[in-house]
Amino acid sequence: MTTTDLSPTAIQTPVSQTESDEALRYYSATQVQLIWWRFRKHRVAQAGALILITMALIGLFAEFLGPYTGTTRTSGVVLVGPQMPHFCNDDGCTLRPFLYGVKSERNPETLGMEVKIDTSVRRDIHFFVQGEPYKLLGFIDLQTHLFGVSEGSIHLFGTDSLGRDIFTRILLATRTSLSIGIIGVLIAFVLALIIGGAAGYFGGWIDYVIQRLTEIVRVVPVIPLYMGLAAAFPVEWSSSQVYFAMTLILAIVGWPTLARRIRGKLLSLRGEDYVVAATLSGAGPSRIIGRHLLPAFMSYIIVDLVISFPYMLLSETALSFVGLGLRPPTVSWGVLLQDAQTVRAIEQAPWLFIPAAFVVIAVLSFTVLGDGLRDAADPYQISE
Amino acid sequence: MIKFLFQRTIGMAVTMFFVSIMVFIIMELPPGDYAERWAFRKFSGTGTEITEADIDNIRAEFGLDKPAPERYLKWIGGIILHGDFGEAFAFQTSVNIVIGQKIWLTLTILFSTLIVTYLISIPVGMYAAIRRNSIEDYTLTVFSYLGFALPNFLLALILLYVSITYFDSTVGGLFSPEYADAPWSIEKALDLLSHLIIPAIVLAWSATAFQLQTVRATMLDEINNLSVTAARARGVPEWKLLIKYPARLAINPVVSTMSFDANRIFSELPIVALVLGLPELGELLLKSYLDLDMFVAGAILLILTFMIVFMNFLSDIALAILDPRVKLIEG
Amino acid sequence: MTSTTNETINGPDLLDVKDLKISFKTDEGIITAVDGINFSVKRGQTLGIVGESGSGKSVSTWSIMRLLPKNSIIDKSSSIQFHRKDGKKVEITRLKPNGRELREIRGGEVALIFQEPMSSFSPVYTIGNQIIEAVLQHRNVSKDEAKEIAIDMLDKVGISNPRQRFKQFPFELSGGMRQRAMIAVALSMNPSLLIADEPTTSLDVTIQAQILKLMRDLQQDLGMAIIFITHNLGVIAQVADEVEVMYLGKILERGTAKEIIHRSQHPYTQALLKAIPQLDSTGERLTAISGDIPSPLSRPAGCPFHTRCEKVMPGICDVEMPNPTQLSDTHTVYCFLHEEKDV
Repeated sequence: MTTTDLSPTAIQTPVSQTESDEALRYYSATQVQLIWWRFRKHRVAQAGALILITMALIGLFAEFLGPYTGTTRTSGVVLVGPQMPHFCNDDGCTLRPFLYGVKSERNPETLGMEVKIDTSVRRDIHFFVQGEPYKLLGFIDLQTHLFGVSEGSIHLFGTDSLGRDIFTRILLATRTSLSIGIIGVLIAFVLALIIGGAAGYFGGWIDYVIQRLTEIVRVVPVIPLYMGLAAAFPVEWSSSQVYFAMTLILAIVGWPTLARRIRGKLLSLRGEDYVVAATLSGAGPSRIIGRHLLPAFMSYIIVDLVISFPYMLLSETALSFVGLGLRPPTVSWGVLLQDAQTVRAIEQAPWLFIPAAFVVIAVLSFTVLGDGLRDAADPYQISE
Repeated sequence: MIKFLFQRTIGMAVTMFFVSIMVFIIMELPPGDYAERWAFRKFSGTGTEITEADIDNIRAEFGLDKPAPERYLKWIGGIILHGDFGEAFAFQTSVNIVIGQKIWLTLTILFSTLIVTYLISIPVGMYAAIRRNSIEDYTLTVFSYLGFALPNFLLALILLYVSITYFDSTVGGLFSPEYADAPWSIEKALDLLSHLIIPAIVLAWSATAFQLQTVRATMLDEINNLSVTAARARGVPEWKLLIKYPARLAINPVVSTMSFDANRIFSELPIVALVLGLPELGELLLKSYLDLDMFVAGAILLILTFMIVFMNFLSDIALAILDPRVKLIEG
Repeated sequence: MTSTTNETINGPDLLDVKDLKISFKTDEGIITAVDGINFSVKRGQTLGIVGESGSGKSVSTWSIMRLLPKNSIIDKSSSIQFHRKDGKKVEITRLKPNGRELREIRGGEVALIFQEPMSSFSPVYTIGNQIIEAVLQHRNVSKDEAKEIAIDMLDKVGISNPRQRFKQFPFELSGGMRQRAMIAVALSMNPSLLIADEPTTSLDVTIQAQILKLMRDLQQDLGMAIIFITHNLGVIAQVADEVEVMYLGKILERGTAKEIIHRSQHPYTQALLKAIPQLDSTGERLTAISGDIPSPLSRPAGCPFHTRCEKVMPGICDVEMPNPTQLSDTHTVYCFLHEEKDV
């Protein structure tokens, strides 16, 4: 808004012969390079990216990293609290981490079974142990797990009411939750590109109808809408059918917002002087789209995708939490949190709430990454 | 102004028309048809054999044998002409009775949440903008990120856990047991008010985080605006500058996004209501989805959306009063 | 102004700026925007400051009102002395930021009008509201009296139907009207110095001429001094008594309007003059100055203009800043071409 030349950055003007090499490098850099340089200044966004990459790797190699499978029940260790690996006990310290033993006893007063830690028993943790067979990445037959104990069982995050290892289940849930969001965003994006593009390109009544459609999604509360769609899943559907249907409804509810933004951006870009200039100098539509619109657009779209991802993640978590989303045996963070739906459950076993931390960290990482990318992608931003 | 109101009313009606079609589609989506579910509900446990003919009879009784457009017209006609939202089979009574009082509780929750949201976000957002890049500002930014990343229902669980573990009290529900079924009185209203605090804070959680950032961003934009420099160049004291120029303008985006806040609050309401045990529309909506009691669900979805659209209408009017530029654009 | 006489040029001092040096702290480092300039303004006189954008002309004048952003630094050795209406001399650089005395001077003694009348008015208050605010800030009058002063002033700056306009919002006025209103706000506070920061740049040529005439007339009526900032030497010729030519934070040439327009000695001033379209020389091509202003991040050593100068002398111009050469009592140039002649 201010058009005075007081802002020091506004004083900067393009290259002159006397400028240093660094400045020259800056002015002749490609857009991707510029974005990358600016992104490198965003420490927090980089941390976010790092966390997400780690989570993605965890998701990919969940079976290897977890000592059990998602459905393994260990008898006698129902609702065991998180077990911390130790290096020292009364006998001194060792390099090899170990766990204390666990035994369940009947409480003489309440007559209920209670889990006690038995410090007299030492269970060494071994690495690359043979355990239950699984298919790594879906096709490599393996039996090796990253770690395990030779006797008894190991539950870093404790067990649930059926004696399943929460650590393993969280690793598997990481894959489900991230992948459902990613697939949802991608489908939504394709829909948005086609429909939003059509609205922007054809205009007229097509544009009007699409505009009204996107308007609806803006006024109807989102999660109740998701719920309405999810409520329609037939009971007899298998968990993988539900999984696929979930990605679809995330996309169906998600596309209008994206389409609206794509359309808006397209319209404003079409009016930009440089695009008009290209049209006037005889460039065809393919050249205009390829050379002028897409480059200006790509960074914007990527940022939009990253920003819309956490919405998908949170919606999936919310739906699964109330039992309208994914169904067992599929595990997602939301499905795991179902066990922690009541305060009573959390009181009894606070570790059931651990998946919440993963939700928060994932959403935070995506948000700071999205913010960092948005700042980096904006060529007109003024560094303060 | 009259033309403006007229335009907005028409716009509201068009939006609601499209919304009603979508709601109707959602009501039709669940597998099996309504008659089967109704018959199952009515006769399950009674030992009565249900025959195909019985279901056909029910179908005819509800007009379910008619094509979808006709059923839509009947449904929406009943709502518009008679305010009749249909039958709630899970409750064996009309939807109107089931929803009835809960509308007021829902509105009470909505407005107390909005009040909490604005009471916090407007002054704090302005403060953050004035003290930009200070420790307070950074702390508030972190809080805003958390407001988005920590879903309200998880916050509700955490608050419940903390209050039970450390304060040995429950914060769930909207009424103490002795007032739950009592007729309305001042004591009951006060009881409701004291129970509203936690739901309002929980629901305001993310809305506050968003508005705080909006207020802060607008305020920052406006502080650097030339008109503020111009006023400073006229010798206006700093505090008066801030209040008269940027602060006054930072209210506008808040007003214009009121319906988004309502949307966000209603979006989170069903799950928060489930966790906190609030007897209002969101909780009922969730229940009816789980029961596939689609007339109730449809009615609630329609009512919640209408409230949002109406809020949008109100904020448009408020904005036209607050910002003289709006009238010029709208004609 | 049109009647440039020696009396006005030698009138009593109003403003004395010595060795003004202003820099900005940025991510890229410290940027020097104004590099040790001197100038003074006398009562009732008009000083023109000419330069391309980025030359530091706005920065140097905004500093007189201490209106620069927080990341700006005014060097400790700089001095801005202002003679107040009551005869007291104040050192502006020593005043408390946003303190009472500074606020009295802002508007009450030094007023500022901007290039963008649209964005310098707040869009949500009426024109009248913003004039009254200014009047009440500096004059001991009641609200009703302030309103009369405001309407009177709107009338004075040539706004038709002032009672009506008083109640209107800035966006309801045309560009020329808004600039008139902006002038009305400034003058309603009765300043002794008016800083006009490119006041006509955003207006079309006919309106521009009207506004320039208005400012001349009002100056004669009210007797205030004006600092007129522009990048257009053609405009300066119409308004200024004395002119300074600035480039990259330095003054390159100073003289009376006549001396600068007709006997300019600095290659930069000459280049600027060649870029003005002339009605009587339609056959000639306009010559633009080649190259761009260097980035203030990498200021050239020596004379800042040497990177674009046609008469550059390598080994001399790019080493040291030339000393001032006095061509007449009023005409000074900073250029080695002339320094040599003196030696």
